[in-house]
Amino acid sequence: MPERKQGTLDRRAVMSELLKARKDALIVTGLGSTCYDAGTVDHPNTFYLWGGMGAAAMMGLGLALAQPSRRVVVVTGDGEMLMGFGAFATIGSKAPKNLSLIVIDNEHYSETGMQPTHTQRGIDLSEVAKACNFPSAETIYTERELTDAIPDLFNGSSLMFRDIKVNTKRYPMSIRMRDGAYIKDRFRENLLGQAAFD
Amino acid sequence: MNQNVPQRVWPREIYEVFKQTSIEQIAYVPDAGHTELIKSCEADNAISAVSLTSEEEGVAMLAGAWLGGKRGGLLMQSSGVGNCINMLSVVQECRIPLLMIVTMRGEWGEFNPWQLPMGQSTPKVLENAGVVVQRAEHPEEVRDVVYAAALMAFSTNRAIAVLLGQRLIGFKDWSK
Repeated sequence: MPERKQGTLDRRAVMSELLKARKDALIVTGLGSTCYDAGTVDHPNTFYLWGGMGAAAMMGLGLALAQPSRRVVVVTGDGEMLMGFGAFATIGSKAPKNLSLIVIDNEHYSETGMQPTHTQRGIDLSEVAKACNFPSAETIYTERELTDAIPDLFNGSSLMFRDIKVNTKRYPMSIRMRDGAYIKDRFRENLLGQAAFD
Repeated sequence: MNQNVPQRVWPREIYEVFKQTSIEQIAYVPDAGHTELIKSCEADNAISAVSLTSEEEGVAMLAGAWLGGKRGGLLMQSSGVGNCINMLSVVQECRIPLLMIVTMRGEWGEFNPWQLPMGQSTPKVLENAGVVVQRAEHPEEVRDVVYAAALMAFSTNRAIAVLLGQRLIGFKDWSK
């Protein structure tokens, strides 16, 4: 096999850069590390998935269709995205302009013992996204590429995909909020006001 | 399905219930029993109709719709129920309403033995996954059953599945 580029970015530094740029974006995180990473800077506009592996991207689609005037940004892991693989085709077919799908890709299942995922075996998620009609899909390896990508991810006017390669460093859980009904109600009340309880 | 069934009224009635209960997103995996309903939803500019690769995508999508303040409905055949089980944990844990309209196979007059395992276990696995199961067997009751299920789902934040019996939909008669 040819030599493959290694991810060197730090996942928490990447998440920190993303969250700094959030403004009024609505964020959905996948279960596992992206949930913990996002929890380092909590916000009511973040919906944390603690379960439903494979849900994140499709949850982003439903939210993006429901809130066409808001940018919806899904940030999930490579394992979570691989479990919801069909979402590439479903989302690419619908192509909502206000959705960004970001995979923080450490090429491992870090919650379950660091088994390699298919992305370490040459499966290229950006190429998958391109094949599934995403008008913009790239893989990011460097800080410079990340900095360049962020404005469009949060202010862009088309469906976007970015696979951000990171190293395998693990961090402790940084979030204690786990109750799904609470996370949902908080998100809805902040977004919808009193209408959340109609 | 039975080719000699006269024009069915109930698919249109389900669509009208969707409109009446302000449903704006429909996620579906096609089934012959849902043909007319899918057509009505696809033709309605006020409804985002999304064709799925697998039914569990619809559970996640409609959870996202609810986060964004919109009501949705999920259409599938009973064989798709098994694909949803783990994803149903999301709506149960988060108390997110979900209206599922499930056309049944593997029961009344089924000819295909491969349909029986999932068809026969559909109500049981749904109940085990925390979904309230309701049923319509006769054309004249479909509208009321779906309407009541929608009201209940969206006012109690629960997952409700309406099973549309195979007797209602018709079956292929392989004796001829």
